[in-house]
Order: sequence, then structure tokens, then C-alpha cells
Amino acid sequence: MAENNPFPGENNTGHIWDDNLRELENPPPRWWMMGFWASILFVVGYTILYPSWPVGQEPTPGIMGWSQIKEYEKGLEQVAAMRAQFEDRIGGMTADQIIADPGLKQYAVASAKVLFGDNCSACHGSGGQGNPGYPVLADDDWLYGGKTAKIAETITGGRKGVMTAHRTILTEPEVETLANWVVQMSESAGAGGSEEGWALFRTKGCTACHGQQANGHVVDLPNGEFVTVGAANLTDGIWRFEPGGYDSAKHTILNGVNQTGLAETRNAVMPVFGAQGKLSEQDIKKLVVYVHELGGGK
Amino acid sequence: MGLNRVSPLAADDRETGITETNACHVRQGSAVKMVKSMSHPDVPHSAVDALYEEADRWQINTGGQTIHAKRIAGRWRTIKWLTASVWLIYLLGPYLRWEGRQAVLFDIPNRQYHIFSATVLPQDFWMLSLLLLFFAILLAVMTALVGRVWCGFFCFQTVWTDIFTWIEEKLEGPPPARRKLDQAPMSLDKLRIKAIKHALWILIGFLTGFSFVAWFTDAPTLWRAFFVGEASGTVYVTVALFAAGTYILAGFLREQTCFWLCPYARIQGVMLDRTTIVPTYDEQRGEPRGRVKRGETEDHRTTGDCVDCNQCVAVCPTGIDIREGQQEGCITCALCLDACDQVMDKVGRPHGLIRYASLDELEGRPTKALLMRPRVWVYGAILLLALAGIVYGFTALAPIELKALHERAPLFVLLSDGSIQNKYTLKILNKVPEPLSVTISVSGRDDMTLVGAEKPVIAEPGGVTPTVVFVKIPRRSLAAEQQPIVFHAEATRSSGALIETERESVFVGPRQ
Ligand code: SF4
Ligand code: SF4
Repeated sequence: MAENNPFPGENNTGHIWDDNLRELENPPPRWWMMGFWASILFVVGYTILYPSWPVGQEPTPGIMGWSQIKEYEKGLEQVAAMRAQFEDRIGGMTADQIIADPGLKQYAVASAKVLFGDNCSACHGSGGQGNPGYPVLADDDWLYGGKTAKIAETITGGRKGVMTAHRTILTEPEVETLANWVVQMSESAGAGGSEEGWALFRTKGCTACHGQQANGHVVDLPNGEFVTVGAANLTDGIWRFEPGGYDSAKHTILNGVNQTGLAETRNAVMPVFGAQGKLSEQDIKKLVVYVHELGGGK
Repeated sequence: MGLNRVSPLAADDRETGITETNACHVRQGSAVKMVKSMSHPDVPHSAVDALYEEADRWQINTGGQTIHAKRIAGRWRTIKWLTASVWLIYLLGPYLRWEGRQAVLFDIPNRQYHIFSATVLPQDFWMLSLLLLFFAILLAVMTALVGRVWCGFFCFQTVWTDIFTWIEEKLEGPPPARRKLDQAPMSLDKLRIKAIKHALWILIGFLTGFSFVAWFTDAPTLWRAFFVGEASGTVYVTVALFAAGTYILAGFLREQTCFWLCPYARIQGVMLDRTTIVPTYDEQRGEPRGRVKRGETEDHRTTGDCVDCNQCVAVCPTGIDIREGQQEGCITCALCLDACDQVMDKVGRPHGLIRYASLDELEGRPTKALLMRPRVWVYGAILLLALAGIVYGFTALAPIELKALHERAPLFVLLSDGSIQNKYTLKILNKVPEPLSVTISVSGRDDMTLVGAEKPVIAEPGGVTPTVVFVKIPRRSLAAEQQPIVFHAEATRSSGALIETERESVFVGPRQ
């Protein structure tokens, strides 16, 4: 340090070593310093307003009372408000009315996609493509009917199909004849069943559930509609139980469906979604639209 | 840090001799210079002190001094006005009308960008990346060839500063008068002049911000809404920020922005090379500089062409001395070329003591013609490609677009009538500004049935309308696992014009 600055008029800081080694001072621009102080002020203000300093377990809360969870909840409210206008309209409509309105249908389908994923896809597949033992929802073959009212009934109340095990009722040759007949029916769209097969079908009580025409219609109503009890349509190429064909048919005839105390019996149970409050009426309505629109709704 | 000369005022009464003549090198000054002198008995202190001699000249203007540059008419001054007028497009563009609406409108809430009759939707945004590429490369190629032309002639910072100082000059007079006014104590007269100046500056700032917003919303509506207080908060905040930014940056920060804030200045600096032409002082010709001496004839003078009149420094908007060589502070506005040429006219010496020249040219190295430089071709090719992409994009902008998403789960289903059904989600993008009634059809096979497209789909303008359709083919007639099919969409505009588009897709059946 020099007592008397030997380099007057120069912008040195007065720090001089070895006679002439000195530090010159060129301060940062004033606007830069102003920005610097302003940013410090900003930090102070910010820490007062928002959560910041870690004290113990929690940060200081900040006087604005802001928190991430509140922000999230606000976001949820916004979404709910956006949905409300659709949900309100859907509430007062039937599934068929919703389907007739392209905008509402689009909303119902988009919103039910999640419900379907949570509740239905485990058995019926993510796109309604079915699984072994669980019906395909994207085709037009419906055990209980593909109209919206029927679909709603199925989802709300669940379904449990029943077919007697015929292992003690029918003889082995009879079972084989019937199984062959089922395969013939399936391959020929109902036109090529053998006479013996038809005879057994009619006399052994099968028509009670599968209908006179073997198409699953127990009663055909004059208005073109029909009543079913959930028995399969035997006149199309679609198999209720995978993989289909002679062995499948024989197994089903021998062991039936949902027969208690019989290990080999087919299981075919659709749980109840309506009663225990698992799904609201509104949710079911949207699901009905979704399932109906999967590809085969009637 | 940019070497930034002291103000012209200080330069005026500076001693003239510049001992250092290694001009034409980009200089690096540093805020704090520390040179360790070796306390070696053989090195005289005076030799070390010489290092500090220019210390006062290396002082950096950090905005403490206002640069009051002299304005003179001239060729480059005219060119600068012309190039600056490009910004009139920015200010006036929003008022251009086309087919009943704003010709260029970036409608962000509706995600539509209207450019004359073309409507660009977010789906066409790949063109924007090409546009950005085009301008980025253009900036690179221009910098490599002719230096910072952007800075000197086009940059909003320098253009707006130019306008602001022009206003300042009109109100306060030439630089000496302005300096005097700055130092004078506050008086009613000074207050009046300053108030008018600042008001005009703020007005320009407001117009700048307003024009910006006007590109994004209908301009005439905006004017009304703005002044009756009906515009949105975003509008007021944006305009206020722009106005404040313009006022501060062009009114006060000025050349400091180029020195300290602007990244372009730094990037462009490294893109120059020996072949780049920039405003350069020809030191071979100019040195040793000296005043014209009375009685000395032109043939027998001992000095170079530079008469050391300091006019080049006086006109420089960034307050630097071009005679120190190429330096970061120079925005290549070429105003010093005008100044020096006028001086040369007066003393009867040829123009071009300060001129656009490359380092190679100045050092007597051979210079390559423009078209012989590989970088011109490489940059040119990229520019052309980007441009071709944009032109293609604009010509190929279809009024509607169709996309077909094939359902994957399940890929197909067997129906009770023995046919195979595939499900498709068709997405219709309507780019015309009216709702369209779109008819969907499918082709590729005779035995197909299309379900779900019985009624035309109403596609709202500027949006994507999805619709689900099913295609059925009898299982028996399927010969291969996959069949190509084509969806068609057609609609008639209210003008009667038929628009159509198609999209290939695939029909999947069971493995054969
Ligand atoms: S040195 Fe010349 S070209 Fe560079 S900024 Fe100054 S006036 Fe413009
Ligand atoms: S204007 Fe020309 S002559 Fe005057 S000082 Fe600058 S370079 Fe020298």
C-alpha cells in the first residue's frame, strides 16, 4: 500500500505492490449493479411470499399460503369444471341419446376409456378384444343383447351363465354327435348341421336356452327383437370358449357352465358393478356408450 | 470485455500520437489489469511503466458516459435509413387486410396462423423450424462474408437507438449542445425539452409494444379495446413490458446493450475471418497520421493520409476509434466511412482511407472471389434447401388432411355373419375457415362394407375432428393377412370448390 499514490489520475485502487504493480478499477456498469441489487431484493421478497427456508422438517410457509398440493387441487377443479358442462348434459340423457350426439359421444367415449381400463380390461382386454373365456366386446355377437339397455343391465347387475353338465345325461356317442354338429353349424353359418345332431339338439332340452333355431333366441318378438338367457348363438363362427372346435364343444357339453362341485366346468361370471356403489349410474352410462361403440353395438 | 473508447469529447483533446500500431487485431481489454513486474535489476522500471501508458485509453465506458455521436449525411447514412425502414413492416404490417381479415395474423388462442390466403396450423409447424434454420444460416453466411451487417443496419437495438438519438438531435441540437444541456442546471427550458423527448420516446416504446401485440390479434379491434380498457391483462402487460424495454434499451442503454448484453455480438465476433470484409482503417495509408501543415505540399508531406481530425470517432454511435483496428465495439454501421470520405474530399485525398476491406486485402494477401469460397457454396446450399422446404410446404398446404389410425386391440374381429371387421379412427383436419361436411369413402376392394360413415362428418374449422369407422370384408374372400385400402374424404366448400384428400391404410385379417 502506498501512502501517496504515485500514479495520480489513474483509476487505480491504491493497491500498489513492488513499486508499480497496481490494481486498476473498472467497476461493472451501473445498470448491471442495479440489476444485481434488484435480484437480491427479489429473492428477499420471494422468500417472504413463498415457501423457501428449510426450518426443521418443513420450509417456511410464506405469507401467500402457496403450496404444490393446492396448485394441484386447483388444477383438478379446473378439469372438473371443464367436465361439468358435459357431465351435466349426459346426466339427463339416455345412452342412445348420447350416441346420437357426436360431441357428447366423443366425450363419453374419451372419459369412459379410463373406466374401461380400470374395471373391464382385465378380463375383456384393453380394446374389448376379449380373452380366453371372456367374451369379445368389439364384435357383434352378444350373449345377452347388444342394445344399450341390455349392456347397461349387464354392467349394473353382472351375469352368470348356466349350462347343465351333460356327462351323466347324455351317452358318449350322443355327446360326440352333438359336438360334431356344433362344429358343422359354426362352419356353415347354421346351414350344415347333421340331422342326428338337430334331432338330439331338439330332444335333449338344448332349445330351452339356445332357442329353436340354435341362434340363442329363446323367443322372437314380433317387432324383430328377441329374448335370450345368455346362451351362445350356435349358428355363427364365433366361439364362446376358446379355442373353439370339436374339443371345446365336447368339453362344454360334458361339464356345462358354472356347475357347482364340478372342477372341469366352464366359469363364466361377470361381476356386479352397479350395486355396491363400485360405479355410479353416470359412469355406467358412459361405459355403456363406450362398449356399444367398440364395434358391434346394435 | 469489449474495448470501449472514452467518449468523443475526451478523445478530442487527447494527445494525438498513438505509439501502438498493431491495429487490425481484435483487442481484448480487461477490467482489472495486473501485470507482474519482474523485480529484476536488468529491467528498468521505465520499461514496465510503458506498459501502463495506454492504461487511461483502455478505460471502459460502462455507461457512465453518454455517447453523443455526430450525425452527418452520406452514402452509408442513406443506406442505413433504407435498411432501417424494413421495420416499417413490423409497425404497419398488422393493418394490412386480406379477404376480409388481417393479412398476417398469428391467432394463438385458436392455434391458427394466417398468412394471406394460407392458414398454417400447428400441424404444419415443421415449416417454422425450416424458417428458423434459414434465418440462422443467413445470419451466419452474412457475418462470414460482410461482418455484422445485422448489427449495423438491421438490428432493432441499433435502429431504435438511431431513431431515439435522431429525436434527441432534433430537440436538443448537435452533440456539443447536447453535452452542454446535460451539464446545465435544471431550468424550465431544459425541463420542457427533456419532457418532450422522453414523452416521444415513451410513445415510440408504446407503438413498438402495441405493434407486437397487433400481430397476434385483430389490430383495429385491439386499438378500441385497448383504450376502453377491454383488452386482456396479457395485452396490457405485454405492451407495458415492450414500451419499458424499448424506452430503457434504446433511450439509455444504447451501445451498452451491444457491449454487455447482446449474445449476437459475441457469436458474430467468432464468425469473422481474414476474408470477411468489415469497415477498416487502412493504416498503411493513414499512418503516421498528422494534421495538414501549413506550407507543406501534398507531394512532400511526411504524414500519411489520416489528418487526425477525429471525425471518425465523433460520428461513431458506439464511441470507438476505428483506427485502433477491428474491435468488438464496432457494429459495422459504416458511418465512419462517410465521415472520413468527406474529410478526404476536403483535403483532396482519395476516398477509402476507412473502407469495407478484409484483413487479407489490407495485408496485401490475394483475395478470393466470392464464388470461389467453399463456405459460400455450403451455406448457400443449406439456405436453398431450407427455402425449398418452405416453398414446398406452402404449395402443398392441403385444405383438409386425413389420418387413419388402425385399432390395434383387437386388430380385427370376427362378426357373426362371418365377415372380418377392422376399426379405424379417422382424424379429419379442416384448414379452411368454415365448417365442412366431409363424406368418407373407402376403396381398394369391391367386397368391402364401410360402417359408420353413412352420414357426412361435420369438421369444424381449424381443428381435428375424429370419427370412428368400421370396414367389413367377408372372411372367405380374404386372400392375405393384410390388404391395402384407401380412405377418401371429400367436401364441398361454400364457394362450390370441391376439396378432397385420401389416406392409405391397411386391413388386417386372420393369418392365412
Ligand atoms: S467504428 Fe465505424 S463502423 Fe464501427 S461502429 Fe463506429 S462508426 Fe460504425
Ligand atoms: S476521419 Fe479519417 S482523417 Fe479523420 S481521423 Fe478518422 S481516419 Fe483520420
